[in-house]
Amino acid sequence: MLDQPTNERRLTIARAMAEAMQQEMQRDPTVFVMGEDIAGFGGIFGNTRGLFEEFGKERVRDTPISETGFISAAVGAAMDGMRPVVELMFVDFFGVCFDAIYNQMAKNTYFAGGNASVPMVLMTSTGGGYSDAGQHSQCLYGTFAHLPGMKVVSPSNAYDAKGLMTAAIRDDNPVVYMFHKQLQGMGWLGTEAGATVNTPEEDYTVEIGKAKVVRAGTDVTLVGLAMGVHNALKAADKLAEDGVSAEVVDLVSLVPLDRETVINSVAKTGRLIVVDEDYHSYGVSGEIIATVTEHDISKLKASPARVTFPDVPIPYARHMEQFCLPNPDKIVAAYRKM
Amino acid sequence: MQPTKEQLLWMYENMVVSRRFEEAIEKVYLEGKTPAFNMANGPIPGEMHLSNGQEPVAVGVCAHLDANDIVTATHRPHHQAIAKGVDLKKMAAEIFGKSTGLAGGRGGHMHLFDSAVNFACSGIIGESCGPACGAALSRKLQGKPGVAVAFLGEGATNQGAFHEAANLAGAWNLPVVFVVEDNSWAISVPKSEATAVTRNDVRAASYHMPGYYVPGNDPYAIFDVAGEAIARAREGKGPTLIEVETYRLAGHFMGDAEQYRPEGEKDELFAKDPIPKMRERLISDGHATKDIDEIEKRAEASVADAITFARESENAPETDALTAVFV
Repeated sequence: MLDQPTNERRLTIARAMAEAMQQEMQRDPTVFVMGEDIAGFGGIFGNTRGLFEEFGKERVRDTPISETGFISAAVGAAMDGMRPVVELMFVDFFGVCFDAIYNQMAKNTYFAGGNASVPMVLMTSTGGGYSDAGQHSQCLYGTFAHLPGMKVVSPSNAYDAKGLMTAAIRDDNPVVYMFHKQLQGMGWLGTEAGATVNTPEEDYTVEIGKAKVVRAGTDVTLVGLAMGVHNALKAADKLAEDGVSAEVVDLVSLVPLDRETVINSVAKTGRLIVVDEDYHSYGVSGEIIATVTEHDISKLKASPARVTFPDVPIPYARHMEQFCLPNPDKIVAAYRKM
Repeated sequence: MQPTKEQLLWMYENMVVSRRFEEAIEKVYLEGKTPAFNMANGPIPGEMHLSNGQEPVAVGVCAHLDANDIVTATHRPHHQAIAKGVDLKKMAAEIFGKSTGLAGGRGGHMHLFDSAVNFACSGIIGESCGPACGAALSRKLQGKPGVAVAFLGEGATNQGAFHEAANLAGAWNLPVVFVVEDNSWAISVPKSEATAVTRNDVRAASYHMPGYYVPGNDPYAIFDVAGEAIARAREGKGPTLIEVETYRLAGHFMGDAEQYRPEGEKDELFAKDPIPKMRERLISDGHATKDIDEIEKRAEASVADAITFARESENAPETDALTAVFV
């Protein structure tokens, strides 16, 4: 089960993110936050709530709708000694500003021969399931994780959300922090109850680049991140009813990728299913399967499987979107086919 | 440029259709979302950006367009679509996610496309601008008539896409008109805190095109300025930038508590509601008498028909999700 202290302080991911930023801003005057509607509004997804009231508009800056401008500005500020946390409201909006992200944020350290750092966090919302259609529902994990030079994390619960944010802010490298909307604890988006967990008040870090075995099992390894972890946990419950013991691995981080934890789990179970809300092809699911097969294909008792979003734009109509999204039943069905 | 009586009544009727449509959508949208508001529930799920109050911009501009002209619209597109002549039934059905919708339920309310009247849409801020330039270029290269109008919000004028497209339009002397709907608010961020200039008409000078600012959310004034601009474009004299002061009488999206608004702002805006204002003026100018009741009834009936059509239409097969990518 999830590795957490046993206190009684349950936070939503939104609140956990805000608390991490709050504590880091108290600790370090170079940390500041900017993005659209992140000040008085508290972030469309609630993750900056309270910061503006405590730190004021110099350190909690609403921006114009100018992502290229303000994400590039974060790069410049980060290279000049600040630690900006900048929000891209929906990951889908990366299309208007990707140069700032992958050609500058991600590459400047390398271009400087390691003699300059870009200690910034780009936080962005991901995921669908509430009929927001094709420009507001994507995950794009693979798109970001494919490009070298930036760390990429995505929490599945509030404990990890806080520790990852603290770690991301303290990291001297750029970190893309992807939070899934339906895990945020915002009732208006529908919310996954399993994401709201006990979260310590004091500051702590969750290691970037380390996966977690969140449920131990012996028959099949289910690998996912963010919402995929919750789908996998629910599938594991269903499989258990039939006497199948599923192990669930929460990747937590895509870059760096903790290949060892995945390999070790599959070495034990012999079966692998990857759950990924991102598009099917050229993404996280293929990378995980390649990791296992490249390492030692003889450990596999069956061909690996993946439960992913088909390679089409995300449809608006509820029944069409739900048809495309991963869910626990699809994971169980994938196991049955093995 | 002054509208004829016929044009005035067309504008008024479209404003009323648009408002009644938004009111009907709002009502349906809330079905299944009370007492707990969850965007994923109800006959119309997802985000909903209503255009209440912004109708004068759409009708004042589109009164000068026909089906052959191109409009590229925004994430808040209903009033623009209605004024451009997008099929109301198919549009409603798309918003309901039905098989009879414009895109068979694939697009939804931010992605309304109707090639029959050259209407396109994007949910990404500022992304109406480039496609309008491209359509205008296409007409120019093909020697075909027609102008392109890009609608955008005042928040979008800080997006690179707007500036790059405006420069293209100026550099290539394209038959395109940029119409900025200035409702003062980019979600919660006021124009005054996000934009380096007070009015966007001054930015036109950077792109070698005339710029106009139309205050007061006034359909008559918008008609006048847009008419000149569209006529210029038709004559091959190039692009124009128009910023129109308008009012967002709704939240950014349904469910927006609008706590960022100064106290009393909404009351002031409702007092300036452009629809009753135009109604009064039509009557006092003698352009309408009892026939205005007929117009309103007709508008209500067409909206009611569209909503019924949408509600009663079938869902497409869920496997339709996998089609229409390549055709």
